Amino acid sequence: MRFRTRSIHIGNERDPETGAVVPPIHVASTYVQHRAGEWREFDYSRSGNPTRKNLERTLASLEGGVGALAFASGMAATHCVSMLLESGDHILAGADIYGGTYRLLHQIVKRGGINISLAPSSDLTALEAGITPQTKLLWLESPGNPLMSITDLAAGVELAKRHGIVTAVDNTFATPVLTRPLELGADIVMHSATKYLGGHSDVLGGALIARDPQLLERLGYIQNATGATLGAFDAFLIARGLKTLAVRVREQCRTALRLAEFLNSDARVQRVLYPGLSAHPGREIAARQMDGAFGAMLSFEVAGDLDRAKRVVEATKLFQLAVSLGAVESLIEQPATMSHASYDPADRRAHGINDELIRVSVGLEDFEDLREDLNQALDA
Amino acid sequence: MQKPFSLSASESCPPGFSTVSVHAGEDRQKLADSITDPIICAATFTFPNTQAVIDYIEQKQPREEYGRYGNPGERVVERKLAELDGAQEAILFASGMSAIVGLLMAKLNAGDEVVFFDECYHRSREFCTMHLARFGVVTRQVKACDYDAMEAAVCDKTKLLISESPTNPHLSIVDLDRFVEIGKRHGVETLIDATLATPYNVRPIEYGVDYVLHSATKYLGGHNDLLAGALVGCSEKLEAVRKLRGIMGAINSPHNIYLLTRGLKTFELRMQRQNENGQAMAEFLADHPRVEKVYYPGLETHPYHEVAQRTMSGFGGLITFLLKDADWRQTAAVVDAVRIPRIAPSLGGVESLIEQPLVMSYYECTAEERRQFGIPDNMIRISCGIENTEDLVADLEQALLANA
Repeated sequence: MRFRTRSIHIGNERDPETGAVVPPIHVASTYVQHRAGEWREFDYSRSGNPTRKNLERTLASLEGGVGALAFASGMAATHCVSMLLESGDHILAGADIYGGTYRLLHQIVKRGGINISLAPSSDLTALEAGITPQTKLLWLESPGNPLMSITDLAAGVELAKRHGIVTAVDNTFATPVLTRPLELGADIVMHSATKYLGGHSDVLGGALIARDPQLLERLGYIQNATGATLGAFDAFLIARGLKTLAVRVREQCRTALRLAEFLNSDARVQRVLYPGLSAHPGREIAARQMDGAFGAMLSFEVAGDLDRAKRVVEATKLFQLAVSLGAVESLIEQPATMSHASYDPADRRAHGINDELIRVSVGLEDFEDLREDLNQALDA
Repeated sequence: MQKPFSLSASESCPPGFSTVSVHAGEDRQKLADSITDPIICAATFTFPNTQAVIDYIEQKQPREEYGRYGNPGERVVERKLAELDGAQEAILFASGMSAIVGLLMAKLNAGDEVVFFDECYHRSREFCTMHLARFGVVTRQVKACDYDAMEAAVCDKTKLLISESPTNPHLSIVDLDRFVEIGKRHGVETLIDATLATPYNVRPIEYGVDYVLHSATKYLGGHNDLLAGALVGCSEKLEAVRKLRGIMGAINSPHNIYLLTRGLKTFELRMQRQNENGQAMAEFLADHPRVEKVYYPGLETHPYHEVAQRTMSGFGGLITFLLKDADWRQTAAVVDAVRIPRIAPSLGGVESLIEQPLVMSYYECTAEERRQFGIPDNMIRISCGIENTEDLVADLEQALLANA
């Protein structure tokens, strides 16, 4: 079965009892056992829930993993991965990553005696230079957030393997529609399912998908022990969202490319960061790694300063001013004050997140409507 | 508060269909600043004081009162549905059947007559012939798309002309201009059940049809996980229907309503894929040696292809076909051999469904009744979902081969 068919049918098998074409939402917290000490498939919903399990099966199929774990949020999933490490270990992360991941690594994970450093992952030489004998985890994001830098994931994985390092890829921006990091050799894929997977701005969720059964088991142990699991209603909404994942993402990418081209030819815009543009340094890798599309996120810089960017993001009528991304509604935001405000300001500038940067999540609205909206907002 | 996003609000440059699907009917700034509308489960709505009650009753202050009369989430989806059909107003019901019943009960009195084209959902027919008859309403059925017969059946007691378009399961396409013309000439209102078409493929209001009916369970909800119905038309004509709904109580639940609103956000994408899958499957079947006949308006051989091309922007995901030299058991064997579509009634969702009308909907009819309704033993109906086209075609191919 092909991708769209699997997103609809795997994990959504006919309910054997009622025949319901959509599996029931299992809200039970606990499960009645037949005998003391003899556990059936489900015992307590933190350890496993049928509705969550269905979603995990769909996600595993779409990412090409042996299994998946669904979490209360993307951050809960990322935190679970970090808990594979011990005091004295080192995490090397790409420099263009979600502000919340940066905060988690630097403010929380670091406290457990785990060292963190960032390196530009689109530059393999610089990335390799960041590896220490203590490095246990390489954390990659492609396209990066918010600069849309492209990392050659297969090359990054190869590098990590040479040093005996586990690679985890935050695949939130690319989605399995475009990129399947496990097929490129990565060990773990992480998702903020809040974004494209759910796709409707109405659920928070996270996911981990692994290639190796033993690694999956270790992650599952941590999830069960720490408890940041996904609720049944939200699992249902994400599963429902996955059924239109491929059609949504493809359409959103088409519109994003056209918007990037429009912005790129506009004198009011200084710089457009979108991997589908010929001037983008990662275009060639993206073309190879993203199945003919370039994602539906784009950033651009307006001529001017922080206040100028602020005026633009406040002037749109269709794009709504909000953090988050990946949904049917188009969103606009200013990373310096919003999604990446949790970065250390000096670090933010060092990594090229300028004050006048604007990030856009392209939704499902018609291209012409979105273009007109940006066009009028740029005059603000 | 800002006005809800509306098509008519920016007439100089009307937004595209998908923009409307995502935003229409919703307030730009919502409760608690959330990007999605909250699910408001309230059975009743409180008044701060007696004066507020009086202001509401005297219609000085529009607001909610009691769940049976309306819910904020319901108003959002009603506005969205109205915009999509290019109509003034939409009324949401618990199901498609409760929507048509709501209209008929609101508009008809003892002694009145309705005329409808005979290819239709059997429960709609049953309600008219068995239940409306008990209240002295006369139902006249004429052959689908026979406009002369319809006109001949109209008399001074006729109050409503009814048809589906496309019809189910024969997928005949009504020439809306001719249908409306009969109504206008005789001063009779018209109703089109456009469930199979959806406003993505045709908007009957633009042709002058008075009421459009949707089983929103199908393409509008689109995920096979909710039941809902909608009536669309002008506010003046629908006022009595809304009042009666408040009394009869066939309302939808806030949870369902949210799922419907959510489903509508991907409406255009789903319809595009379903139109594509429907066309591809119909073409595959039309060329298959085991197939006797395919009913699909997107095929040139379809008797109403020309009307369909003129009035519709796509032909939907539903296909009906007849198996060559097959009895009902041999036909059932093909239904049982498919692996992707599930055997189930209903249609329009992302999951493909398959059924044999003889078994699924007409099992209790006599052979003579089935002949009369045009339901042969070797008929199969498929509702194409949004799976990959290649998967659906390959699956049907193996099912046809497995039982050759």
